[in-house]
Amino acid sequence: MSEIETHSYDVIVIGAGGSGLRAAIAAREAGKKTAIISKSLFGKAHTVMAEGGCAAAMGNVNPNDNWMVHFRDTMRGGKFLNNWRMAELHAKEAPDRVWELETYGALFDRTPEGKISQRNFGGHTYPRLAHVGDRTGLEMIRTLQQKIVSLQQDDFARTGDYEANIKVYAECTVTDLIKDGERIAGALAYWRESGRHLLLEAPAIVMATGGVGKSYKVTSNSWEYTGDGHALALRAGASLINMEFLQFHPTGMVWPPSVKGILVTESVRGDGGVLTNSEGKRFMFDYIPDVFKDQYATTEEEADRWYTDADNNKRPPELLPRDEVARAINSEVQAGRGSPHGGVFLDVSSRMPAETIIKRLPSMHHQFKELADVDITKEPMEVGPTCHYVMGGIEVDPDTGQASVPGLFAAGECSGGMHGSNRLGGNSLSDLLVFGKRAGDGAAAYVDSLSARPVLDEVEVKRAQERSVAPFGDGSQDGAENPYTLHQELQQTMNDLVGIIRKEEEVRQAITKLGELKERAKNLVVEGHRQFNPGWHLALDLRNMLLVSECVANAAVLRQESRGGHTRDDYTTMDAEWRHKLLVCTADGDDGVQIVEQEQIPMRSDLMELFELDELKKYFTDAELPGGATA
Amino acid sequence: MSYQQKFSVWRGDSDGGDFVEYDVEVNEGEVVLDVVHRLQATEAPDLAVRWNCKAGKCGSCSAEINGRPRLMCMTRMSTLPQDTTVSITPMRTFPVIRDLVTDVSFNYEKAREVRAFVPPADLAPGEYRMQQVDVERSQEFRKCIECFLCQNTCHVVRDHEENKLAFSGPRFLMRVAELDMHPLDAAEDQEGLNRKAAAQDEHGLGYCNITKCCTEVCPEHIKITDNALIPLKERVVDLKFDPMFIRRRKRKSKEKEQVSEEG
Repeated sequence: MSEIETHSYDVIVIGAGGSGLRAAIAAREAGKKTAIISKSLFGKAHTVMAEGGCAAAMGNVNPNDNWMVHFRDTMRGGKFLNNWRMAELHAKEAPDRVWELETYGALFDRTPEGKISQRNFGGHTYPRLAHVGDRTGLEMIRTLQQKIVSLQQDDFARTGDYEANIKVYAECTVTDLIKDGERIAGALAYWRESGRHLLLEAPAIVMATGGVGKSYKVTSNSWEYTGDGHALALRAGASLINMEFLQFHPTGMVWPPSVKGILVTESVRGDGGVLTNSEGKRFMFDYIPDVFKDQYATTEEEADRWYTDADNNKRPPELLPRDEVARAINSEVQAGRGSPHGGVFLDVSSRMPAETIIKRLPSMHHQFKELADVDITKEPMEVGPTCHYVMGGIEVDPDTGQASVPGLFAAGECSGGMHGSNRLGGNSLSDLLVFGKRAGDGAAAYVDSLSARPVLDEVEVKRAQERSVAPFGDGSQDGAENPYTLHQELQQTMNDLVGIIRKEEEVRQAITKLGELKERAKNLVVEGHRQFNPGWHLALDLRNMLLVSECVANAAVLRQESRGGHTRDDYTTMDAEWRHKLLVCTADGDDGVQIVEQEQIPMRSDLMELFELDELKKYFTDAELPGGATA
Repeated sequence: MSYQQKFSVWRGDSDGGDFVEYDVEVNEGEVVLDVVHRLQATEAPDLAVRWNCKAGKCGSCSAEINGRPRLMCMTRMSTLPQDTTVSITPMRTFPVIRDLVTDVSFNYEKAREVRAFVPPADLAPGEYRMQQVDVERSQEFRKCIECFLCQNTCHVVRDHEENKLAFSGPRFLMRVAELDMHPLDAAEDQEGLNRKAAAQDEHGLGYCNITKCCTEVCPEHIKITDNALIPLKERVVDLKFDPMFIRRRKRKSKEKEQVSEEG
């Protein structure tokens, strides 16, 4: 192999979305020389797709809000499977992280007093989401991007080099992490433009690679969401938790077929939109589960009054957590009460004047007009569930974001625990900020604690290089496989067999199919040369998608209950004995997976006391309750 | 509902290239990017294209369709004539890397030359107070998805490579306007940076002769010319008659002369 381009850093951040950029800012502000590795151009990360807002209990709209209410809502949304320490840190620190964005130049929508405005969202007791119309994610990514630029300008003023202390490697893909013994030592990557390898040497790596939705056919996720961080971490020896929990967002576009899955923001419901079936019925009133009976309106009249008088009325059931709404839509369609194209109706046109709709939901108005010829100010939208978010991810220490591998950190969607079995809308953007900063700080502190830098193992590097160019083959393969075909089969398999509603026999079929696909993937052959070759890139992504899908399917078979983003047709109820158990995935060999059960750490008593005993009884075993029998 | 459509796609790299003809199936509701993806999955697995969200939110899939700068994910096939060949070419203003992918680093360099927001020193995080009406002007510009179609279209640089050094283009002049209109930006008070003067002196605002080509191609329908560039030009004109500013500027250029003489 020829001489390889090599660079040294203190901290490498893989991923340039919200959590990656926030981690990089923290590491750079802690004085660490930092690199950001981005699969796409700078500023294109999946964070731009977030629409509704960023949840933070600032209490700007309703002064009754505080971190304790946010904490309770988050735990309820996740059906109490959440890592309570992460939920606590998140609820406490989110307001500071949002206010900090204003010092970077962010311009959120305002209240009449000039504070940051906050909107209602599913599962949140009070208006809590800082937002900019329905393009909040774009505002966040641009703000963080511009903060990075601002730090580069400071470095330029001091050193004459913009990239002296923080550099963005755009269109650069990491294919393997390299270790020195048990510790992280760096990463091998390749430039898309030239196809050439580069070696990044660093004692600390922050994973911020987002989710896994591209393993599914119907998804709101962009091409980047191939589970890279999950797979890289797994192969480097880290563990993943909660991989059985996938969030299907209740409202994706269903028509025309080419846009199926594109997100329709929850703000449509938060701002007053209602869901109806083909009989014109607001069906969500039929789907309020027992655990939420006391918090949601039971009549349309009360639900409608809530929009103007939230303190004296209960909220409409359209604003139940996402897992509940997605299942309800699924049931309506199954029962034959769906819309013409297999969804249900979501209507704002009869609920608000046209100018209000255009003002509050400009992207939605634009999206439906341009892509579906539907004017949402005049007619209802057709919507249905779409694969949106993975709750599972790299197991980390809540306070520092450190994974089980020394030197490896993770934040945002690719980390696990914070959201339990189901994430509330708006808690993702705040998660990125809170834990992005913590992981960046954690990585910087780890670097400070080292007495000597780890050394890259040349044999490892060489092996990683060979593996990454293997798909080009040597021209001798019989029965060569096409990456696009394999990807389509993977998406169909996961969509049909490990989707919203799961059955043991179907998931087992999926596991068998995944095994076949993995075998076939060994014969992948790509055409052309290494320069900006999408087929080659997909072949590398497929390795990650297959590994992560195996985690999802195997965990889904084991968890014999229904909770949040995991619904079993053969185990339809939530089981308190499963709440305190996590399923932990680790790598078995190079591309296999093994799963073991692990006990959750019991919730701290002062956090437990934030809930009424009657509510806790719905989720916890008797032995876990305060004053309960201890084993 | 499906039909066959002839496409002519530019393929090549920095050393040159040519159009390649394809006959592709098109289905109801599809956009140009769907067709490009079908090509990749069938006839042309190594066809290079940039895309991310396929929902008009990330601004990655910019190209020229039948000569018009567009996002491929937001151009529906039903808006293009079926009886003539549809051409897809890379953006013309930027150097080709491969096929439909261009080197857009020009834009990132220009972005870095616009001094970032300067937070007011006397306000702690959480103390910012702004009225909706005051933030709305800048918010319009922050809708920008950085697809760089305006940069690609602007005639100042489209066929004039030599202007690229002095001219930041509509996207980054708009960024200057955005910061200039930000209710709390303290660049002038704390750093002595007049953003209007910077637009004129450092970012080449004077090159713009408001032909509105940028506004026409903006997929976000931002009124770049009317709301950002013209107001910025008006503010620059106002500056010229501001005696305090004239004095400061004279002093600055004098200092510069002295420095260059000494150097």
